Amino acid sequence: MLLFDMTESLRSALHSIRAHGFRSFLTTLGIIIGVAAVVATVSIIQGLQYTINQQFEGLGTNSIVVQARNTYENYLTGKIARISPEDFDMLSSRVEGIATISPIIGGGGSQLRYGSQTAAVEITGSTYSYQDVAQTYMKYGRFLSDTDDTTRRRVVVIGETVRENLNLPEDPVGEYVRVGDEWMKVIGLAEEKGQILGQNQDNFAIIPYSTMRSIAGNQSRQSMAIQLTLSDLNQLEAVQDRVTSLLRLAHEIPSDEDDDFQVQTSEQLTDTFNTILSSVTVVMGGVVGISLLVGGIGIMNIMLVSVTERTREIGICKAIGAKRHQILMQFLFESLLLCLLGGLVGLTLGYGIGLAASAAIPNFPQAVVPMWAVLLSFGFSAMVGLVFGIMPAAKAANLDPIEALRYE
Amino acid sequence: MALLQINNLSKEYVMGDNVLRALDAVNLSIERSDYVAITGTSGSGKSTMLNILGCLDRPSEGHYILNQKDVSQLNPDELADIRNREIGFIFQSFNLLPRATALENVMQPLIYQGVSRGDRKRRAEEALKHVGLGSRMDHLPNQLSGGQRQRVAIARALVTNPSILLADEPTGNLDSRTTIEIMKLFDDLHAQKQTIIVVTHEAEIANHCHRIVRLEDGHVAEDRRNQPMVH
Repeated sequence: MLLFDMTESLRSALHSIRAHGFRSFLTTLGIIIGVAAVVATVSIIQGLQYTINQQFEGLGTNSIVVQARNTYENYLTGKIARISPEDFDMLSSRVEGIATISPIIGGGGSQLRYGSQTAAVEITGSTYSYQDVAQTYMKYGRFLSDTDDTTRRRVVVIGETVRENLNLPEDPVGEYVRVGDEWMKVIGLAEEKGQILGQNQDNFAIIPYSTMRSIAGNQSRQSMAIQLTLSDLNQLEAVQDRVTSLLRLAHEIPSDEDDDFQVQTSEQLTDTFNTILSSVTVVMGGVVGISLLVGGIGIMNIMLVSVTERTREIGICKAIGAKRHQILMQFLFESLLLCLLGGLVGLTLGYGIGLAASAAIPNFPQAVVPMWAVLLSFGFSAMVGLVFGIMPAAKAANLDPIEALRYE
Repeated sequence: MALLQINNLSKEYVMGDNVLRALDAVNLSIERSDYVAITGTSGSGKSTMLNILGCLDRPSEGHYILNQKDVSQLNPDELADIRNREIGFIFQSFNLLPRATALENVMQPLIYQGVSRGDRKRRAEEALKHVGLGSRMDHLPNQLSGGQRQRVAIARALVTNPSILLADEPTGNLDSRTTIEIMKLFDDLHAQKQTIIVVTHEAEIANHCHRIVRLEDGHVAEDRRNQPMVH
């Protein structure tokens, strides 16, 4: 009997929503906008998160990155913290449980020349293990080797964009290019990576770490990063602690001051990004909560108007035998259905906006709507429908049939 | 045993400091298949009587026994059930659901009985044919004439096979020609043994009935058998 009543309530609710098509649409607009906003944001953020996670996946879970940490204050006072080559030497000799350790001197732009062509290129100095870090695989030739570093060979691995800009042959291995003031031999061309977040990933050159240092000279205070991989993942914390205490000692940091460097696992690195994205999601959630509340009040308002408007109809239904719960259910289903339809429209609209936005920004990852966002949208919509529908529905159900029939 | 029996029934309305006694210790008994008019001037207690007979309202005192069941003190949902099964309402202003077709209007009371959609449709079609509206089932109320609307209302009242057909000024909104048609339909239903109670202030209408009960100031002032005019 309950199922029967529900089916009939649903039928009559649909009937009523269809009868007032435009008003129903306006009524649910608050819900539509709220849900669309959350789905659009979530879909964009999820797309971003997915891409970032994919990027960091290559780092492996058993690697640690040591970087300098500078606060805004540091930049103002000019006391900029650095990780130095001495730090690298110390860590490589004094930390146990390390499988590989690679220094990364990066960020510096430099001019490369080949024949009459020049190109501005980002140069990184590192060792062979950087290949895994940077996910750089060779199309031609080879990556840096250990001996390249130990013997300070003048060799370079370049990206596809560099080859194009310098007009190098399809297979540039064996050609010589001028890096700064030095001639270096091209030993490898990396596979094309394309663009991520609008940044060209192929405009790079990698030379051995020691070569980089010798070119720059010892006076150079270039900052660097150090990447470690562990021989045993269980040693992760011990190694992190050891690295931290050694660096604090080397940097002469008093015990009451914070580290001027950070020791992060690749997981922590992704976690940082994810934390930022999550807090954006939470803030968005709050905004959406408010807009759903406003939408809900809109629904309640219209439902109250609708009950008043249909007082006579309710009176008729009661006169011919409708019980209270049957009237209650009819109106409750109407607001529930309105909200769910609003949720559905909002979901579609939001996903559309997300797709359009991610397509409009060049090389932005595609929007992804996770299942939880879909369920949450519908859950919230349904809850709004029930919470804000119950009062008008109860008002309708409790009408006195005689009064209601007399209503003009 | 009479179909319905009213014993010593009173209904009071409190209006501010005043207590209005709309019905005052009324006794009335109506037999099955009778055709009764309840008449009276406005303020005589007619409407109150209608509301109580129709189980829309509860008496302040006394008892109303319908089909051997005391319905005087039932709760609203129980009353709704009695209205649904025992009473077929016909109103002056038709009171059809404006957005539902003739057929859907007639099907409506069966929803509250839990009758399946197929059965509802079949029974509603039957009822509409019975009142001569077989060809107008898909029309909305505003596409029908006054007489047709009242026929839909009568079909809706009949579709549940109620014990009583309770009509409140059924021809009040109709022109004289349609009035004759509708009253003819009532006469036919009476001939088919349907119990009919018509609440009206028009002597013309009351004259169709076989018994006329006249109310005055909340009392039964006159209760007589009537030989209906032959049209």
